[in-house]
Amino acid sequence: MTTHAQSLAVSSQRKGFLHWLWTWITTVDHKKIAILYLFGGGLFFLIGGIEALLIRIQLAVPNNHFLVGSEYNQVMTMHGTTMIFLAAMPLIFAMMNAVIPLQIGARDVAFPFVNALGFWLFFLGGIVLNTSWFFGGAPAGGWTAYTPLATEYLGSGMDFYILGLQLSGAGTLMGAINFLVTIINMRAPGMTFMRMPLFCWTSLVTSALILFAFPPLTVGLFFEFFDHIFHANFFNTANGGNGIIWEHIFWIFGHPEVYILVLPAFGIISEVVATFSKKRLFGYSSMVFATVLIGFLSFMVWVHHMFTVGLGPVANAVFAIATMTIAVPTGIKIFNWLFTMWGGQIHFTTANLFAIGFIPTFVMGGVTGVMLAVPPADAQYHDSYFVVAHFHYVILGGVVFGLLAGVFYWWPKMFGRMLNETLGKITFWFFFLGFHLTFFPQHFLGLMGMPRRYFTYLPGEHFELGNMLSSIGAFGMAVGVIVLLINIVVTTAKGKRAKGDAWGIGRTLEWSIASPAPEYNFAQTPLVKGIDAFWKEKMAGNKKMTPAEPLGDVHMPSPTVIPFLMSLSLTLASFGFIFAANQAGKPHTGGLITAAIGIGLMLLLMLIHSIKDDHGFHIHKEEIMRIEKEAE
Amino acid sequence: MKRKWQRWFRLLPLAALALLLSGCGKEGVSALEPLGPVAKDQADLMLISVLIMVVVVLVVGFIYFYVLIRFRKRKGQEDYIPKQVEGNTTLEIVWTVIPIVLLCILAVPTVPKTFSLSDTHSAKKESALEIEVSANQFWWQFTYPKQKVTTAQDVVIPTDRPVVFKLTSNDVIHSFWVPALGGKVDANPGQVTTLKLEADKEGTYRGRCAELCGSSHALMYFNVKAVSSAEFDRWIKEMKAGPDQPASASAKQGEQLFKQNCMSCHAVGASQTNKLAPNLTNFADRKYIAGFLDHDKKTLEKWIADPSALKPGATMPARGASGKLTDEQIKQIADYLFTLSVEK
Repeated sequence: MTTHAQSLAVSSQRKGFLHWLWTWITTVDHKKIAILYLFGGGLFFLIGGIEALLIRIQLAVPNNHFLVGSEYNQVMTMHGTTMIFLAAMPLIFAMMNAVIPLQIGARDVAFPFVNALGFWLFFLGGIVLNTSWFFGGAPAGGWTAYTPLATEYLGSGMDFYILGLQLSGAGTLMGAINFLVTIINMRAPGMTFMRMPLFCWTSLVTSALILFAFPPLTVGLFFEFFDHIFHANFFNTANGGNGIIWEHIFWIFGHPEVYILVLPAFGIISEVVATFSKKRLFGYSSMVFATVLIGFLSFMVWVHHMFTVGLGPVANAVFAIATMTIAVPTGIKIFNWLFTMWGGQIHFTTANLFAIGFIPTFVMGGVTGVMLAVPPADAQYHDSYFVVAHFHYVILGGVVFGLLAGVFYWWPKMFGRMLNETLGKITFWFFFLGFHLTFFPQHFLGLMGMPRRYFTYLPGEHFELGNMLSSIGAFGMAVGVIVLLINIVVTTAKGKRAKGDAWGIGRTLEWSIASPAPEYNFAQTPLVKGIDAFWKEKMAGNKKMTPAEPLGDVHMPSPTVIPFLMSLSLTLASFGFIFAANQAGKPHTGGLITAAIGIGLMLLLMLIHSIKDDHGFHIHKEEIMRIEKEAE
Repeated sequence: MKRKWQRWFRLLPLAALALLLSGCGKEGVSALEPLGPVAKDQADLMLISVLIMVVVVLVVGFIYFYVLIRFRKRKGQEDYIPKQVEGNTTLEIVWTVIPIVLLCILAVPTVPKTFSLSDTHSAKKESALEIEVSANQFWWQFTYPKQKVTTAQDVVIPTDRPVVFKLTSNDVIHSFWVPALGGKVDANPGQVTTLKLEADKEGTYRGRCAELCGSSHALMYFNVKAVSSAEFDRWIKEMKAGPDQPASASAKQGEQLFKQNCMSCHAVGASQTNKLAPNLTNFADRKYIAGFLDHDKKTLEKWIADPSALKPGATMPARGASGKLTDEQIKQIADYLFTLSVEK
């Protein structure tokens, strides 16, 4: 624990809860924003998880009346939307914020202000989406919001979907630009691209994917927005629009989104597996190459989500082959992980258990992905539980396993305390076995003819056993998550304090500084002499990194409340538009005025931020020396 | 510790196999029991891809467990530092090339099948039967354009020739899926898509909507009844002739009430296409009410009294167009509807 955190604790005791809240609202420190993302994303992960349990209760037995019709569709839609946009995405950003600047030897991200703005836009966007439960019902058109169902046949829930995602999507885009610039511009001396830890590489590629994939979503949502609120006809077939265009727009975003989520997970797995095998990553250059190739190919395969739309055999065949090619770089990664462990010394820590559990699970999700790439066979799989099983193997078994590995691995670096390993292992086994019990039977349910997004099934169709197993498994996973929460509470209260090199076998730069990292990260910017820079120094007998600069004052950005206020004003504008929407006729004037006020406030805040000259502040050399000494 | 989890992992494939064998689904419902040439072609492709993927999973699985057991951290080795291997070009080429070869093996049959299974033009030359399908929230209408016959919910097809379904939708996107006969194709508003299917033997196959279409997406079932060619021709004739006049007084009364309360949306008579509600010409011959409810009078009365209680979001008003039908009148209408049979 550094004195910084202690002084914070002291000052919060002195000035009370409001001051504590104020420091979090105004922070531009990437390490604190990481914690905000972790708890924001974690909160929505719990909400999405509860929705999943509701779904599994309804489907546990045939002809159940727990959630029927539109109620079920709302819960199902919110489960998907929440998990993708409000849980997985921010948790990825939590990892990136917590780790990337430390791994590249930087003192902060390139744009701390934008970083804070990105977080608050995501969080308030998520709140906007979830308030729909209290204003006439949540969106019910599935997370894909296919038109014309979503735009013309469902109520106001869709307005919350459109504007909530627009807000949080803007936040995501900002975060991505920030990390692109950070990784390209702010690497420490000697940290060439080909010496970056793999998590930095996957985050770089993911940020580039976001940069190209989110604008189509933004444009598509604007089309739906105009269709829904101002009665435009982009997707209205009766008036000359075309609903299929939405499917294209959505999947041009939606397919890269899968890789946006899974690439950082690949990065985390690469770090965790290498560290806990005490070996450097096998085939580093081919891993980098595979990552870039996957990112590139991810834009070429969106039609495999639309094989049954009726686009014709030429389109289907071309996209089938393109889809199959993705299996090659992904396969390279799997074998590289296996051979990283080969000849190593595998430590079965909780973080590594999740990483090891990830490998076969993701292989399962991968092979079913190749099966789905065969269009005639996909005609049978498409929109059945086979697909549900496939993408849960990829996103839950892939992304979430990766994230949990990352949370256990970097928790000491983020919070200065170790999570309890025994409780962690209980979490892993409940989550891992619960996961497979939930989703493995769903492959067979799909092949036996059970379509996805069905709120019930009839008795006598042989769907009973699979669904019951699925529901039992879901509760197994819930137990795992509850144990994780207990773990967090218990260790926060009286956990073991983490050393700088918390696992004792850290390889990358983040382990060369105190846990948690001091406010300025590196007292002296480190000099990087090769891949796994910290491991190299340790092998050379050094306890610390070789500095690349003399000790001096460190310049820091000032905290500011403007990002939070900007996000609030756009939230106000969103609610304005939502209440302006009117199924029958012209939009309500009151709503439009509210929206105009929100946008006006945003412009005003932008002006204030442009005019106000903020030079930041310095942490003085003496202060740094004192903090560093106390950390030792 | 190690022993325990090893034993558990050994049980996994066994459990998988048990699950696989315990039920390939009910006949007439499942894609795993293909009952037509299209579904069989698709099942063959599934089998090829499953076999290739099983090989991949076995190879990865073997290396995986070997590595985990052989290279686990043992007691008393805390200071051991493994050799820091950078990579191995030969190995890396091997695991790049082998997947490419496997994918080629899969791609070669995939492409021609993608073309042949979506080829509905040459199917037409083989004198395929054409059926127009229009999907609605939450029911299906089937029209035989050459025969000028319209029906709903249950579609009758002959077993001796392929059938080309021309699909469209009157509202949102639906998807037409009969797992036992073949894969699905979407029914899009403002567009016509085609799907070729064929049944090998007589029987009733369950069909369902596979694209989220609103509250009762899960209840949008239909049936495909495959019959011999002769029986099919007879059925077309019977449909055109229409059902007999009702005999009982109650049914006659019901017919009057039906005309006053239901005819603005429903039609009786195979020549009539009506987009608002299912054509009821052969209602009594159908397998289910509303696609999924038991086919008896009690259920029908319940349905007429409050359709959306049984099928959320159904647009049919409770108790007739007027909303004022009494229980007695509903009973008479049900009596009438159960006389609507064309099969002799």
